[in-house]
Amino acid sequence: MKSLAELAEIRNKMKDKVSLREGSNDIRIVVGMATCGIAAGARPVLNTLLEEINDKGLSDVATVSQTGCIGICQYEPVVEVYQSGKDKVTYVKMTADKAKRVVEEHIKNGKPVTEYTLKESE
Amino acid sequence: MIRSHVLICAGTGCTSSGSRDVKAKLVEELEKNGLTDEIKIVSTGCFGLCANGPVMIVYPEGTFYSCVKADDVPEIVSEHLLKGRIVERLVYNDSVGKAEAANEEPVPLSETRFYKKQKRVALRNCGVIDPENIEEYIATDGYAALGKVLTEMTPEQVIDVVLASGLRGRGGAGFPTGRKWSLARTLVQDGGQKYVCCNADEGDPGAFMDRSVLEGDPHAVIEAMAIAGYAIGATQGYVYVRAEYPIAVHRLQIAIDQAREYGLLGKDIFGSGFDFDLEIRLGAGAFVCGEETALMTSIEGKRGEPHPRPPFPAAKGLFERPTVLNNVETYANIPQIILKGADWFASMGTENSKGTKVFALGGKIKNTGLVEIPMGTTLREIIEEIGGGIPNGKKFKAAQTGGPSGGCIPASLIDTPIDYDNLIAIGSMMGSGGLIVMDEDNCMVDIAKFFLQFTVDESCGKCTPCRVGTKRLYEMLEKITSGKAELEDLDKLEELCYYIKNNALCGLGQTAPNPVLSTLRYFRDEYVAHIVDKKCPAGVCKDLLSFTIDADKCKGCTKCKRNCPVGAISGEVKTPHVIDQSKCIKCGVCMSNCSFGAIEKK
Repeated sequence: MKSLAELAEIRNKMKDKVSLREGSNDIRIVVGMATCGIAAGARPVLNTLLEEINDKGLSDVATVSQTGCIGICQYEPVVEVYQSGKDKVTYVKMTADKAKRVVEEHIKNGKPVTEYTLKESE
Repeated sequence: MIRSHVLICAGTGCTSSGSRDVKAKLVEELEKNGLTDEIKIVSTGCFGLCANGPVMIVYPEGTFYSCVKADDVPEIVSEHLLKGRIVERLVYNDSVGKAEAANEEPVPLSETRFYKKQKRVALRNCGVIDPENIEEYIATDGYAALGKVLTEMTPEQVIDVVLASGLRGRGGAGFPTGRKWSLARTLVQDGGQKYVCCNADEGDPGAFMDRSVLEGDPHAVIEAMAIAGYAIGATQGYVYVRAEYPIAVHRLQIAIDQAREYGLLGKDIFGSGFDFDLEIRLGAGAFVCGEETALMTSIEGKRGEPHPRPPFPAAKGLFERPTVLNNVETYANIPQIILKGADWFASMGTENSKGTKVFALGGKIKNTGLVEIPMGTTLREIIEEIGGGIPNGKKFKAAQTGGPSGGCIPASLIDTPIDYDNLIAIGSMMGSGGLIVMDEDNCMVDIAKFFLQFTVDESCGKCTPCRVGTKRLYEMLEKITSGKAELEDLDKLEELCYYIKNNALCGLGQTAPNPVLSTLRYFRDEYVAHIVDKKCPAGVCKDLLSFTIDADKCKGCTKCKRNCPVGAISGEVKTPHVIDQSKCIKCGVCMSNCSFGAIEKK
């Protein structure tokens, strides 16, 4: 180790990998991963969310996690976004492409993609 | 793409309760379910809740599973990791407001009774990072303190920060760490070699704080020793650790090798021109080698015996050169004091005891394990809240701190805030952090005898007060517990205690009588009961016990007779049985076998 810059480089590289264990980010993105969700294609959605969050450097802001059956199996894959002080947003019939837009517009810029939410698609 | 981390405790506690099998099974199940690329398994150091091991945390949910067996793993994988359904039956949930928190949201770990009052400073990385991966330590600001010290601070400034933080030695005696460093820097300034040593020869029965730090966060100790080296002008360090800690030794060696590989030990660290290297020295487990002069004699390759001070190690220590010797936990605090500042550290704790202290909770307590609390926390908070209270509805009687050098804190003093000075004032001491809880079934004379037996075994034999004195003390206690003592023996006992205290050569001997003195101070009536009434009130001392059969309750089932190993019980079927006291060895087998509660212990 010859310089502080080298140390900082390792720290930055590793920080995202360890930050997962803090698990207390403001935004929580939960993917329904019960049998119904998996059958409807929740896994690619989950993976896309994880990749996008990481690529856009949002892993300090949002945590992607999974949950069981949310109860609206006909709308799977379902993704819910929790943020303190705001109403829960429920996205339904998600795909990998939709997930990309959600990360860009909702998570990054703070504007929920209303056309994908439960209310709109009913 | 990793989406979840599963942390499994690989400390000694959980390893012995089977965490290796759990991990192996997990690896197997992840492969079977095709999750290997999504889920990362991390072996960490101690989470503290050793009583409920093996423990496992799943992130990002932060689900804390306890008492996990290999057979539970398939369910965790298929339910939680695959489908996101938390396996409720394995979740550790001992939250403070359990009734209100009964909604669907899992209670955060920090809100459980065990963790709520804790403040993890020395243990901050234990149970969080993989101790065998230096990059995970760097990710949590590891080696940033060393970088700061070497590039921005003078050695004097480093010492000033440590002084101002109020950090005192965590090995037990509580000497201000900054002063120790300052003396080692200034007393001898001839440009010759100086040394930095780490005391990891944790010897108190039931204590495992230092082991857990070395197992869970070894780099923190390495970083701090390099900082100490810079502060006093030393280029070589030694960690003296007992060979009975194989996991700690193994991880520390990995950590040292990694630090060398990354250039964080060795020549010209951070391009500052500062050289520092470390080596491990294994101790054979002699208690006396935890005493500083004996420890250094042992590192030199000689028989581990203490010698009189002065000269103190700061002037003439290892190889007769100025040496700083600190305990593992003391070092673990240093990097954070440098990074967060002396004021941050001094804001925790009491007037003269700053920061936090790690305790190994043991004995009659529900949550045995490792806890770190701010100084000034009361014993009641530790036992009733963090520790979860005494099992089986028994009453708290006393707590023992400081191991064989410490003393007992009786129930009447349970609200004493724990710090260095308060513990000394009530006749105990901080010690390295063993905290053994005793309930009404513990005999205090027997406890004193237990610790004395330990010191007798561990006395190195160099000085007479310790070698002969502790043996005589032990014999006197034995006389009391066998009912052969007279009241005047108590005075002799006390006199000998003070004689040993004043005349023994090293700390081991000088403090050896403490368990006797403190139990005499608070539980004199128990000593008197043994001597005058020839009774052991707690029913522990066998010579003063007798087992009898209540003829009214005995149904004559012959079970006790059949189970008695020495044939001391006689009687016919369906008639009351009798125990022959001259044959009885008081093993208690009859009592535990009796279905009618007819056997009494008095």
